[in-house]
Amino acid sequence: MSVIRALASEFRKVFTTRMWWLLALLLVGYVAFLAGGFGAFLGWAVENPDAAANTGNTQLPPSMRLAPLIYSFASSIGYVFPVLLGALAVTGEFRHKTLTPTFLAEPHRSVVLGAKFVSELLLGAGFGVIAFLTSVGTGAAALAAFGLDTELGEPDTWALVGRGVLAMALWATIGVGLGSLVPNQVAAIVIVLAFTQFIEPILRLAASLNDITATIGQFLPGAASDALVGASFDSIASVGAAESLDWWQGGLVLLAIGVVATLIGGATTWRRDVT
Amino acid sequence: MKSGIPIEISGLSKQFGHVTAVDDLSFTVEPGRVTGFLGPNGAGKTTTLRVLLGLVRATAGTATFGGAPYRDLPKPLETVGAALDANFHPGRTARSHLKVYATAAGLPPARVPAVLEQVGIAEFADRRVGGYSLGMRQRLSLAYTLLGDPGVLVLDEPINGLDPEGIKWIRGFLQHLAQDGRTVLVSSHLLSEVQQSVDDVVIISRGRLVRSGPLSNLELDASPRTIADSPDRLRLAAALDQAGLEYTEGRNGFIVVEPDPGRVGHAAFVGGVELSALHRLRSGLEESFLSLVNGETNALADDEATPVVVDGGEV
Repeated sequence: MSVIRALASEFRKVFTTRMWWLLALLLVGYVAFLAGGFGAFLGWAVENPDAAANTGNTQLPPSMRLAPLIYSFASSIGYVFPVLLGALAVTGEFRHKTLTPTFLAEPHRSVVLGAKFVSELLLGAGFGVIAFLTSVGTGAAALAAFGLDTELGEPDTWALVGRGVLAMALWATIGVGLGSLVPNQVAAIVIVLAFTQFIEPILRLAASLNDITATIGQFLPGAASDALVGASFDSIASVGAAESLDWWQGGLVLLAIGVVATLIGGATTWRRDVT
Repeated sequence: MKSGIPIEISGLSKQFGHVTAVDDLSFTVEPGRVTGFLGPNGAGKTTTLRVLLGLVRATAGTATFGGAPYRDLPKPLETVGAALDANFHPGRTARSHLKVYATAAGLPPARVPAVLEQVGIAEFADRRVGGYSLGMRQRLSLAYTLLGDPGVLVLDEPINGLDPEGIKWIRGFLQHLAQDGRTVLVSSHLLSEVQQSVDDVVIISRGRLVRSGPLSNLELDASPRTIADSPDRLRLAAALDQAGLEYTEGRNGFIVVEPDPGRVGHAAFVGGVELSALHRLRSGLEESFLSLVNGETNALADDEATPVVVDGGEV
Protein backbone atom coordinates (compact mmCIF):
# COMPACT_ATOMS: atom_id res chain seq x y z
CA MET A 1 0.00 0.00 0.00
CA SER A 2 2.77 2.38 0.86
CA VAL A 3 4.07 1.80 -2.67
CA ILE A 4 0.82 3.07 -4.19
CA ARG A 5 0.80 6.08 -1.85
CA ALA A 6 4.41 6.88 -2.69
CA LEU A 7 3.55 6.69 -6.38
CA ALA A 8 0.56 9.02 -5.96
CA SER A 9 2.75 11.42 -3.98
CA GLU A 10 5.37 11.47 -6.75
CA PHE A 11 2.73 12.32 -9.36
CA ARG A 12 1.48 15.09 -7.11
CA LYS A 13 5.00 16.47 -6.75
CA VAL A 14 5.33 16.71 -10.52
CA PHE A 15 1.94 18.21 -11.21
CA THR A 16 2.10 20.82 -8.41
CA THR A 17 5.12 22.54 -9.97
CA ARG A 18 5.54 24.14 -13.36
CA MET A 19 8.50 22.21 -14.70
CA TRP A 20 6.50 19.44 -16.39
CA TRP A 21 4.47 21.69 -18.62
CA LEU A 22 7.39 23.96 -19.38
CA LEU A 23 9.29 20.92 -20.65
CA ALA A 24 6.19 19.63 -22.46
CA LEU A 25 5.77 23.01 -24.15
CA LEU A 26 9.39 23.07 -25.28
CA LEU A 27 9.07 19.49 -26.49
CA VAL A 28 6.01 20.35 -28.60
CA GLY A 29 7.65 23.46 -30.03
CA TYR A 30 10.92 21.72 -30.85
CA VAL A 31 9.32 18.65 -32.42
CA ALA A 32 6.74 20.69 -34.35
CA PHE A 33 9.45 22.94 -35.77
CA LEU A 34 11.69 20.09 -36.88
CA ALA A 35 9.08 17.55 -37.99
CA GLY A 36 7.02 20.17 -39.82
CA GLY A 37 10.04 21.94 -41.23
CA PHE A 38 11.86 18.83 -42.30
CA GLY A 39 8.65 17.35 -43.71
CA ALA A 40 8.19 20.46 -45.80
CA PHE A 41 11.81 20.45 -46.92
CA LEU A 42 11.70 16.80 -47.94
CA GLY A 43 8.40 17.34 -49.68
CA TRP A 44 9.93 20.16 -51.62
CA ALA A 45 13.05 18.08 -52.40
CA VAL A 46 10.97 15.20 -53.75
CA GLU A 47 8.92 17.52 -55.92
CA ASN A 48 11.98 19.33 -57.25
CA PRO A 49 14.72 16.70 -57.43
CA ASP A 50 16.90 18.79 -59.75
CA ALA A 51 16.81 21.89 -57.62
CA ALA A 52 17.51 19.84 -54.53
CA ALA A 53 20.51 18.24 -56.21
CA ASN A 54 21.80 21.68 -57.21
CA THR A 55 21.82 22.82 -53.62
CA GLY A 56 24.46 20.21 -53.01
CA ASN A 57 22.28 17.79 -51.13
CA THR A 58 22.62 14.19 -52.09
CA GLN A 59 19.51 12.91 -53.70
CA LEU A 60 17.27 10.90 -51.47
CA PRO A 61 17.26 7.18 -52.11
CA PRO A 62 14.07 6.50 -54.00
CA SER A 63 13.16 3.54 -51.80
CA MET A 64 13.30 5.61 -48.62
CA ARG A 65 10.07 6.16 -46.77
CA LEU A 66 9.79 9.69 -45.55
CA ALA A 67 6.83 9.53 -43.21
CA PRO A 68 8.32 7.20 -40.54
CA LEU A 69 11.54 9.19 -40.55
CA ILE A 70 9.69 12.43 -39.90
CA TYR A 71 7.34 10.97 -37.31
CA SER A 72 10.23 9.46 -35.39
CA PHE A 73 11.61 12.96 -34.77
CA ALA A 74 9.37 12.87 -31.72
CA SER A 75 11.75 10.48 -29.99
CA SER A 76 14.98 10.83 -31.95
CA ILE A 77 15.09 14.54 -31.21
CA GLY A 78 12.62 14.93 -28.36
CA TYR A 79 14.10 12.28 -26.04
CA VAL A 80 16.14 14.85 -24.15
CA PHE A 81 12.94 16.19 -22.55
CA PRO A 82 11.86 13.03 -20.69
CA VAL A 83 15.48 12.61 -19.57
CA LEU A 84 15.41 16.10 -18.08
CA LEU A 85 12.02 15.48 -16.48
CA GLY A 86 13.28 12.30 -14.83
CA ALA A 87 16.55 13.83 -13.70
CA LEU A 88 14.85 16.91 -12.23
CA ALA A 89 12.42 14.72 -10.27
CA VAL A 90 15.42 13.47 -8.30
CA THR A 91 17.81 16.43 -8.29
CA GLY A 92 15.00 18.83 -7.34
CA GLU A 93 14.64 17.01 -4.02
CA PHE A 94 18.31 17.61 -3.27
CA ARG A 95 18.30 21.17 -4.56
CA HIS A 96 15.27 22.31 -2.60
CA LYS A 97 16.13 20.12 0.38
CA THR A 98 12.75 18.43 0.26
CA LEU A 99 14.26 15.02 1.00
CA THR A 100 13.66 15.74 4.68
CA PRO A 101 9.83 15.89 4.49
CA THR A 102 9.87 13.17 1.83
CA PHE A 103 11.79 10.70 3.99
CA LEU A 104 9.81 11.65 7.08
CA ALA A 105 6.58 10.75 5.29
CA GLU A 106 8.08 7.57 3.80
CA PRO A 107 11.18 6.47 5.72
CA HIS A 108 11.88 3.60 3.33
CA ARG A 109 14.04 5.34 0.78
CA SER A 110 13.97 2.56 -1.77
CA VAL A 111 10.17 2.87 -1.92
CA VAL A 112 10.53 6.57 -2.75
CA LEU A 113 13.11 5.96 -5.46
CA GLY A 114 11.08 3.07 -6.88
CA ALA A 115 8.03 5.35 -7.00
CA LYS A 116 10.06 7.96 -8.87
CA PHE A 117 11.20 5.32 -11.36
CA VAL A 118 7.66 4.10 -12.06
CA SER A 119 6.02 7.54 -12.08
CA GLU A 120 8.64 8.89 -14.47
CA LEU A 121 8.21 5.84 -16.71
CA LEU A 122 4.53 6.74 -17.02
CA LEU A 123 5.19 10.46 -17.37
CA GLY A 124 7.82 9.74 -20.02
CA ALA A 125 5.18 7.74 -21.90
CA GLY A 126 2.91 10.78 -21.58
CA PHE A 127 5.65 12.94 -23.06
CA GLY A 128 5.95 10.34 -25.82
CA VAL A 129 2.26 10.62 -26.63
CA ILE A 130 2.50 14.41 -26.72
CA ALA A 131 5.65 14.30 -28.88
CA PHE A 132 4.20 11.84 -31.41
CA LEU A 133 0.91 13.73 -31.60
CA THR A 134 3.04 16.72 -32.55
CA SER A 135 5.36 15.00 -35.01
CA VAL A 136 2.57 13.05 -36.71
CA GLY A 137 0.34 16.12 -36.78
CA THR A 138 2.85 18.58 -38.23
CA GLY A 139 4.76 16.00 -40.27
CA ALA A 140 1.64 14.56 -41.90
CA ALA A 141 0.34 18.06 -42.61
CA ALA A 142 3.61 19.00 -44.31
CA LEU A 143 3.74 15.80 -46.36
CA ALA A 144 0.10 16.09 -47.35
CA ALA A 145 0.69 19.66 -48.46
CA PHE A 146 3.17 18.32 -51.02
CA GLY A 147 0.88 15.49 -51.98
CA LEU A 148 3.12 12.82 -50.47
CA ASP A 149 1.95 9.69 -48.75
CA THR A 150 1.44 10.31 -45.03
CA GLU A 151 1.28 6.54 -44.42
CA LEU A 152 -1.21 7.15 -41.64
CA GLY A 153 -3.16 4.13 -42.81
CA GLU A 154 -0.17 1.82 -42.42
CA PRO A 155 -0.07 -0.38 -39.29
CA ASP A 156 3.73 -0.03 -39.42
CA THR A 157 3.44 3.67 -38.80
CA TRP A 158 1.43 3.13 -35.65
CA ALA A 159 3.74 0.36 -34.50
CA LEU A 160 6.57 2.88 -34.82
CA VAL A 161 4.59 5.39 -32.77
CA GLY A 162 4.00 2.76 -30.08
CA ARG A 163 7.69 1.85 -29.92
CA GLY A 164 8.56 5.55 -29.85
CA VAL A 165 6.29 6.15 -26.86
CA LEU A 166 7.97 3.23 -25.10
CA ALA A 167 11.40 4.74 -25.88
CA MET A 168 10.35 8.09 -24.37
CA ALA A 169 9.12 6.28 -21.25
CA LEU A 170 12.44 4.47 -20.87
CA TRP A 171 14.38 7.70 -21.39
CA ALA A 172 12.62 9.24 -18.42
CA THR A 173 13.80 6.36 -16.22
CA ILE A 174 17.35 6.95 -17.46
CA GLY A 175 16.85 10.50 -16.22
CA VAL A 176 15.89 9.14 -12.77
CA GLY A 177 19.03 7.02 -12.77
CA LEU A 178 21.21 9.93 -13.79
CA GLY A 179 19.63 12.22 -11.18
CA SER A 180 20.27 9.69 -8.43
CA LEU A 181 23.88 9.31 -9.55
CA VAL A 182 24.48 13.04 -9.95
CA PRO A 183 22.29 14.83 -7.40
CA ASN A 184 23.67 18.24 -8.28
CA GLN A 185 20.94 19.70 -10.49
CA VAL A 186 23.13 21.95 -12.60
CA ALA A 187 25.67 19.18 -13.17
CA ALA A 188 22.90 16.75 -14.13
CA ILE A 189 21.41 19.17 -16.67
CA VAL A 190 24.83 19.89 -18.16
CA ILE A 191 25.53 16.17 -18.46
CA VAL A 192 22.17 15.52 -20.14
CA LEU A 193 22.63 18.28 -22.67
CA ALA A 194 26.31 17.64 -23.34
CA PHE A 195 25.86 13.89 -23.69
CA THR A 196 22.71 13.86 -25.81
CA GLN A 197 23.52 16.81 -28.05
CA PHE A 198 27.25 16.50 -28.41
CA ILE A 199 29.11 13.54 -26.96
CA GLU A 200 26.87 10.71 -28.08
CA PRO A 201 26.46 11.85 -31.70
CA ILE A 202 30.24 12.08 -31.98
CA LEU A 203 30.75 8.70 -30.33
CA ARG A 204 28.22 7.10 -32.66
CA LEU A 205 29.88 8.59 -35.69
CA ALA A 206 33.34 7.54 -34.51
CA ALA A 207 32.14 4.07 -33.55
CA SER A 208 30.60 3.50 -36.97
CA LEU A 209 34.00 3.80 -38.67
CA ASN A 210 35.22 0.43 -37.45
CA ASP A 211 33.46 -2.93 -37.22
CA ILE A 212 34.42 -3.66 -33.63
CA THR A 213 33.57 -0.23 -32.31
CA ALA A 214 30.37 -0.32 -34.32
CA THR A 215 29.32 -3.39 -32.37
CA ILE A 216 29.94 -1.53 -29.14
CA GLY A 217 28.43 1.67 -30.49
CA GLN A 218 25.04 0.09 -31.01
CA PHE A 219 24.74 -0.17 -27.21
CA LEU A 220 24.99 3.59 -26.80
CA PRO A 221 21.64 4.77 -25.47
CA GLY A 222 20.82 6.92 -28.50
CA ALA A 223 21.63 4.06 -30.87
CA ALA A 224 19.61 1.65 -28.78
CA SER A 225 16.72 4.10 -28.80
CA ASP A 226 16.85 4.41 -32.58
CA ALA A 227 16.95 0.63 -32.84
CA LEU A 228 13.86 0.44 -30.65
CA VAL A 229 11.93 3.06 -32.59
CA GLY A 230 13.14 1.74 -35.95
CA ALA A 231 13.77 4.86 -37.97
CA SER A 232 15.80 7.89 -37.24
CA PHE A 233 17.55 10.75 -38.87
CA ASP A 234 20.78 9.97 -37.05
CA SER A 235 20.93 6.36 -38.16
CA ILE A 236 20.44 7.39 -41.77
CA ALA A 237 22.78 10.34 -41.60
CA SER A 238 25.64 8.44 -40.03
CA VAL A 239 28.22 7.26 -42.49
CA GLY A 240 28.56 3.57 -43.27
CA ALA A 241 26.12 0.86 -42.50
CA ALA A 242 26.19 1.09 -38.73
CA GLU A 243 24.96 -2.09 -37.20
CA SER A 244 21.75 -1.88 -35.31
CA LEU A 245 20.12 -3.96 -32.65
CA ASP A 246 16.67 -5.46 -33.01
CA TRP A 247 13.94 -3.21 -31.70
CA TRP A 248 13.37 -5.28 -28.58
CA GLN A 249 17.08 -5.45 -27.89
CA GLY A 250 17.25 -1.67 -28.11
CA GLY A 251 14.41 -1.46 -25.61
CA LEU A 252 16.16 -3.82 -23.24
CA VAL A 253 19.38 -1.81 -23.46
CA LEU A 254 17.52 1.40 -22.54
CA LEU A 255 15.71 -0.35 -19.70
CA ALA A 256 18.98 -1.81 -18.42
CA ILE A 257 20.68 1.59 -18.44
CA GLY A 258 17.79 3.12 -16.47
CA VAL A 259 17.57 0.28 -13.97
CA VAL A 260 21.32 -0.07 -13.38
CA ALA A 261 21.87 3.68 -12.99
CA THR A 262 18.94 3.92 -10.56
CA LEU A 263 20.16 0.93 -8.54
CA ILE A 264 23.68 2.35 -8.27
CA GLY A 265 22.33 5.80 -7.38
CA GLY A 266 19.96 4.21 -4.88
CA ALA A 267 22.83 2.40 -3.19
CA THR A 268 25.05 5.49 -3.06
CA THR A 269 23.85 9.10 -3.01
CA TRP A 270 20.27 8.17 -2.14
CA ARG A 271 21.40 6.43 1.04
CA ARG A 272 23.55 9.28 2.28
CA ASP A 273 22.87 11.24 5.43
CA VAL A 274 20.31 13.99 4.85
CA THR A 275 21.77 16.97 6.68
CA MET B 1 -5.78 13.20 25.07
CA LYS B 2 -3.03 11.96 22.84
CA SER B 3 -0.94 9.06 24.02
CA GLY B 4 2.57 10.39 23.71
CA ILE B 5 5.38 7.90 23.74
CA PRO B 6 8.81 8.56 25.22
CA ILE B 7 11.84 9.41 23.11
CA GLU B 8 14.84 7.37 24.16
CA ILE B 9 18.37 8.25 23.14
CA SER B 10 20.93 5.72 24.30
CA GLY B 11 24.70 5.78 23.86
CA LEU B 12 24.30 7.77 20.67
CA SER B 13 27.41 8.79 18.74
CA LYS B 14 27.81 10.27 15.31
CA GLN B 15 31.02 11.07 13.52
CA PHE B 16 31.27 13.00 10.28
CA GLY B 17 34.69 11.97 9.05
CA HIS B 18 37.00 12.88 11.91
CA VAL B 19 34.56 15.28 13.51
CA THR B 20 32.58 13.91 16.42
CA ALA B 21 29.21 15.64 16.33
CA VAL B 22 27.50 13.56 19.01
CA ASP B 23 29.43 11.66 21.65
CA ASP B 24 27.84 8.86 23.70
CA LEU B 25 24.67 10.80 24.35
CA SER B 26 21.85 9.33 26.45
CA PHE B 27 18.62 10.92 27.63
CA THR B 28 14.88 10.33 27.74
CA VAL B 29 12.06 12.68 26.84
CA GLU B 30 8.81 12.06 28.70
CA PRO B 31 5.27 12.43 27.35
CA GLY B 32 3.02 15.22 28.54
CA ARG B 33 5.87 17.65 29.03
CA VAL B 34 7.70 20.16 26.90
CA THR B 35 11.40 19.34 26.89
CA GLY B 36 13.91 21.94 25.80
CA PHE B 37 16.91 20.51 23.98
CA LEU B 38 19.54 23.12 24.57
CA GLY B 39 23.09 23.81 23.64
CA PRO B 40 25.19 26.33 21.79
CA ASN B 41 25.36 26.30 18.00
CA GLY B 42 27.31 23.29 16.82
CA ALA B 43 26.65 21.31 20.00
CA GLY B 44 25.09 18.45 18.04
CA LYS B 45 21.39 19.16 18.56
CA THR B 46 20.35 19.00 14.92
CA THR B 47 22.49 15.92 14.28
CA THR B 48 20.88 14.15 17.24
CA LEU B 49 17.39 14.99 15.96
CA ARG B 50 18.26 13.88 12.42
CA VAL B 51 19.57 10.56 13.70
CA LEU B 52 16.40 10.17 15.77
CA LEU B 53 14.32 10.70 12.61
CA GLY B 54 16.30 8.25 10.50
CA LEU B 55 17.76 10.93 8.22
CA VAL B 56 21.30 10.49 9.46
CA ARG B 57 22.85 7.14 10.31
CA ALA B 58 24.28 6.81 13.82
CA THR B 59 27.87 5.70 14.25
CA ALA B 60 26.89 3.96 17.49
CA GLY B 61 23.94 3.78 19.87
CA THR B 62 20.20 4.01 19.35
CA ALA B 63 17.52 6.65 19.15
CA THR B 64 13.95 5.38 19.37
CA PHE B 65 10.33 6.28 19.90
CA GLY B 66 9.08 3.96 22.62
CA GLY B 67 11.69 1.41 21.56
CA ALA B 68 11.14 1.59 17.80
CA PRO B 69 13.47 3.40 15.41
CA TYR B 70 11.71 5.92 13.16
CA ARG B 71 11.85 3.79 10.02
CA ASP B 72 10.10 0.92 11.81
CA LEU B 73 7.12 3.03 12.88
CA PRO B 74 4.08 1.65 11.05
CA LYS B 75 2.58 5.11 10.56
CA PRO B 76 5.42 7.59 10.97
CA LEU B 77 3.56 10.87 10.36
CA GLU B 78 0.74 9.77 12.66
CA THR B 79 3.24 8.95 15.40
CA VAL B 80 5.85 11.69 15.13
CA GLY B 81 5.65 15.19 13.69
CA ALA B 82 9.01 16.76 12.98
CA ALA B 83 10.06 20.20 11.81
CA LEU B 84 13.78 20.33 11.09
CA ASP B 85 14.25 23.17 8.64
CA ALA B 86 11.93 25.46 6.76
CA ASN B 87 12.86 24.28 3.25
CA PHE B 88 10.24 23.90 0.56
CA HIS B 89 10.01 23.78 -3.19
CA PRO B 90 9.53 27.50 -3.90
CA GLY B 91 7.13 26.86 -6.78
CA ARG B 92 4.66 24.85 -4.75
CA THR B 93 1.84 26.39 -2.76
CA ALA B 94 1.52 25.62 0.94
CA ARG B 95 -1.59 23.58 0.24
CA SER B 96 0.13 21.55 -2.50
CA HIS B 97 3.17 21.02 -0.29
CA LEU B 98 1.03 19.52 2.44
CA LYS B 99 -1.05 17.49 -0.03
CA VAL B 100 2.10 15.87 -1.44
CA TYR B 101 3.02 14.49 1.97
CA ALA B 102 -0.51 13.77 3.13
CA THR B 103 -0.76 11.58 0.03
CA ALA B 104 2.55 9.85 0.77
CA ALA B 105 1.47 9.10 4.33
CA GLY B 106 -2.07 8.10 3.37
CA LEU B 107 -3.69 10.81 5.49
CA PRO B 108 -7.20 12.09 4.78
CA PRO B 109 -7.18 15.18 2.49
CA ALA B 110 -9.24 17.10 5.06
CA ARG B 111 -6.17 17.27 7.31
CA VAL B 112 -4.55 19.78 4.95
CA PRO B 113 -6.98 22.71 5.44
CA ALA B 114 -7.28 21.75 9.12
CA VAL B 115 -3.57 22.18 9.87
CA LEU B 116 -3.29 25.31 7.71
CA GLU B 117 -6.03 26.76 9.88
CA GLN B 118 -4.35 25.56 13.06
CA VAL B 119 -1.08 27.39 12.36
CA GLY B 120 -2.84 30.46 11.03
CA ILE B 121 -1.73 30.54 7.39
CA ALA B 122 -4.98 29.39 5.77
CA GLU B 123 -5.41 32.67 3.93
CA PHE B 124 -2.01 32.27 2.23
CA ALA B 125 -2.48 28.58 1.45
CA ASP B 126 -2.67 29.01 -2.31
CA ARG B 127 0.35 31.27 -2.67
CA ARG B 128 3.67 29.86 -3.80
CA VAL B 129 5.98 29.28 -0.87
CA GLY B 130 8.78 31.15 -2.66
CA GLY B 131 7.10 34.38 -1.61
CA TYR B 132 6.72 33.43 2.05
CA SER B 133 8.41 35.24 4.92
CA LEU B 134 10.56 33.23 7.32
CA GLY B 135 7.77 33.34 9.90
CA MET B 136 5.26 31.92 7.42
CA ARG B 137 7.72 29.19 6.47
CA GLN B 138 8.16 28.29 10.12
CA ARG B 139 4.40 28.02 10.46
CA LEU B 140 4.18 25.88 7.35
CA SER B 141 6.77 23.49 8.73
CA LEU B 142 4.71 23.30 11.91
CA ALA B 143 1.64 22.58 9.80
CA TYR B 144 3.55 19.66 8.31
CA THR B 145 4.31 18.27 11.77
CA LEU B 146 0.62 18.36 12.67
CA LEU B 147 -0.62 16.62 9.50
CA GLY B 148 -0.87 13.20 11.12
CA ASP B 149 -2.04 14.58 14.49
CA PRO B 150 0.95 12.82 16.11
CA GLY B 151 1.58 12.10 19.77
CA VAL B 152 5.22 13.14 19.54
CA LEU B 153 6.56 16.45 18.23
CA VAL B 154 10.20 17.12 17.44
CA LEU B 155 10.92 20.73 16.58
CA ASP B 156 14.36 22.09 15.69
CA GLU B 157 14.74 25.79 16.49
CA PRO B 158 11.09 26.60 15.73
CA ILE B 159 11.39 30.07 17.22
CA ASN B 160 14.23 31.16 14.93
CA GLY B 161 13.08 33.98 12.71
CA LEU B 162 9.73 34.56 14.35
CA ASP B 163 8.57 38.04 15.26
CA PRO B 164 7.45 38.78 18.85
CA GLU B 165 3.87 37.94 17.99
CA GLY B 166 4.96 34.65 16.46
CA ILE B 167 7.08 33.82 19.50
CA LYS B 168 4.14 34.46 21.80
CA TRP B 169 1.96 32.30 19.59
CA ILE B 170 4.39 29.37 19.51
CA ARG B 171 4.86 29.42 23.27
CA GLY B 172 1.15 28.97 23.80
CA PHE B 173 1.08 26.42 21.04
CA LEU B 174 3.79 24.26 22.64
CA GLN B 175 2.10 24.32 26.02
CA HIS B 176 -1.19 23.41 24.42
CA LEU B 177 0.39 20.42 22.67
CA ALA B 178 1.97 19.14 25.88
CA GLN B 179 -1.26 19.58 27.83
CA ASP B 180 -2.87 17.23 25.33
CA GLY B 181 -0.46 14.59 26.64
CA ARG B 182 1.93 14.74 23.72
CA THR B 183 5.68 14.38 23.92
CA VAL B 184 7.23 17.67 22.82
CA LEU B 185 10.96 18.06 22.20
CA VAL B 186 12.02 21.52 21.11
CA SER B 187 15.61 22.55 20.47
CA SER B 188 17.10 25.98 20.92
CA HIS B 189 20.49 27.57 21.40
CA LEU B 190 19.03 30.10 23.82
CA LEU B 191 17.55 29.04 27.11
CA SER B 192 15.79 32.38 27.49
CA GLU B 193 13.98 31.69 24.21
CA VAL B 194 12.22 28.60 25.53
CA GLN B 195 12.48 29.19 29.29
CA GLN B 196 8.81 30.16 29.50
CA SER B 197 7.63 27.13 27.55
CA VAL B 198 9.62 24.15 28.76
CA ASP B 199 9.16 21.86 31.74
CA ASP B 200 12.33 19.82 31.33
CA VAL B 201 15.70 20.59 29.86
CA VAL B 202 18.35 18.48 28.19
CA ILE B 203 21.54 20.48 27.81
CA ILE B 204 24.36 19.33 25.56
CA SER B 205 27.68 20.82 24.65
CA ARG B 206 30.17 19.48 22.12
CA GLY B 207 27.97 16.47 21.53
CA ARG B 208 27.91 15.45 25.18
CA LEU B 209 25.19 15.58 27.77
CA VAL B 210 25.78 18.29 30.33
CA ARG B 211 22.54 18.19 32.28
CA SER B 212 19.05 16.82 32.02
CA GLY B 213 16.07 17.16 34.30
CA PRO B 214 13.28 19.54 35.27
CA LEU B 215 13.88 23.22 34.57
CA SER B 216 13.12 23.99 38.23
CA ASN B 217 16.19 21.99 39.29
CA LEU B 218 18.33 24.11 37.04
CA GLU B 219 16.85 27.22 38.61
CA LEU B 220 17.81 26.02 42.10
CA ASP B 221 21.25 25.40 40.81
CA ALA B 222 21.80 28.95 39.81
CA SER B 223 23.58 30.07 42.97
CA PRO B 224 21.37 32.76 44.48
CA ARG B 225 22.99 36.05 45.30
CA THR B 226 22.09 39.51 46.53
CA ILE B 227 23.10 42.89 45.17
CA ALA B 228 23.83 45.61 47.70
CA ASP B 229 25.23 49.08 47.19
CA SER B 230 25.93 52.06 49.34
CA PRO B 231 27.15 55.65 48.84
CA ASP B 232 30.02 54.63 51.09
CA ARG B 233 31.31 51.37 49.72
CA LEU B 234 34.23 51.11 52.13
CA ARG B 235 31.93 51.06 55.11
CA LEU B 236 29.57 48.62 53.44
CA ALA B 237 32.51 46.31 52.73
CA ALA B 238 33.48 46.52 56.37
CA ALA B 239 29.94 45.75 57.48
CA LEU B 240 29.77 42.72 55.16
CA ASP B 241 33.14 41.49 56.44
CA GLN B 242 31.86 41.96 59.95
CA ALA B 243 28.82 39.80 59.22
CA GLY B 244 31.03 37.16 57.59
CA LEU B 245 29.39 37.47 54.17
CA GLU B 246 31.35 36.73 51.03
CA TYR B 247 31.09 39.22 48.19
CA THR B 248 32.71 40.57 45.08
CA GLU B 249 32.64 44.16 43.96
CA GLY B 250 30.89 44.90 40.68
CA ARG B 251 30.05 47.98 38.74
CA ASN B 252 26.69 48.47 40.38
CA GLY B 253 27.55 47.36 43.88
CA PHE B 254 28.53 44.26 45.78
CA ILE B 255 27.43 40.80 44.69
CA VAL B 256 26.93 39.06 47.99
CA VAL B 257 26.90 35.28 48.18
CA GLU B 258 23.69 35.18 50.18
CA PRO B 259 20.25 34.36 48.87
CA ASP B 260 18.31 36.44 51.42
CA PRO B 261 18.49 40.24 50.89
CA GLY B 262 17.12 40.59 54.44
CA ARG B 263 20.32 39.24 55.95
CA VAL B 264 22.45 41.58 53.88
CA GLY B 265 20.22 44.49 54.92
CA HIS B 266 20.58 43.44 58.53
CA ALA B 267 24.38 43.41 58.22
CA ALA B 268 24.30 46.96 56.84
CA PHE B 269 21.94 48.06 59.63
CA VAL B 270 24.21 46.58 62.28
CA GLY B 271 27.17 48.36 60.69
CA GLY B 272 25.22 51.63 60.46
CA VAL B 273 25.70 51.89 56.67
CA GLU B 274 23.29 53.69 54.37
CA LEU B 275 22.12 51.47 51.52
CA SER B 276 21.33 52.76 48.04
CA ALA B 277 20.43 49.37 46.59
CA LEU B 278 19.39 46.05 47.96
CA HIS B 279 17.82 43.33 45.87
CA ARG B 280 18.04 39.75 44.84
CA LEU B 281 20.22 39.06 41.80
CA ARG B 282 17.95 38.65 38.79
CA SER B 283 17.30 35.14 37.59
CA GLY B 284 20.59 33.37 37.26
CA LEU B 285 19.10 30.79 34.91
CA GLU B 286 20.77 31.94 31.73
CA GLU B 287 24.09 32.29 33.56
CA SER B 288 23.66 28.88 35.04
CA PHE B 289 23.00 27.54 31.55
CA LEU B 290 26.00 29.32 30.12
CA SER B 291 28.33 28.21 32.88
CA LEU B 292 27.17 24.62 32.42
CA VAL B 293 27.80 24.82 28.72
CA ASN B 294 31.04 26.79 28.96
CA GLY B 295 32.31 24.74 31.87
CA GLU B 296 32.00 21.70 29.68
CA THR B 297 33.69 23.51 26.85
CA ASN B 298 36.59 24.57 29.04
CA ALA B 299 36.99 21.17 30.57
CA LEU B 300 37.39 19.80 27.10
CA ALA B 301 39.52 22.60 25.75
CA ASP B 302 42.12 22.45 28.48
CA ASP B 303 42.23 20.69 31.75
CA GLU B 304 41.40 23.66 33.91
CA ALA B 305 37.96 22.84 35.17
CA THR B 306 37.54 26.40 36.38
CA PRO B 307 33.90 27.29 36.71
CA VAL B 308 33.19 30.40 34.74
CA VAL B 309 32.20 33.24 37.00
CA VAL B 310 29.53 35.22 35.32
CA ASP B 311 28.65 38.55 36.75
CA GLY B 312 26.37 39.51 33.94
CA GLY B 313 23.69 39.74 36.60
CA GLU B 314 24.70 43.20 37.55
CA VAL B 315 21.97 45.36 36.31
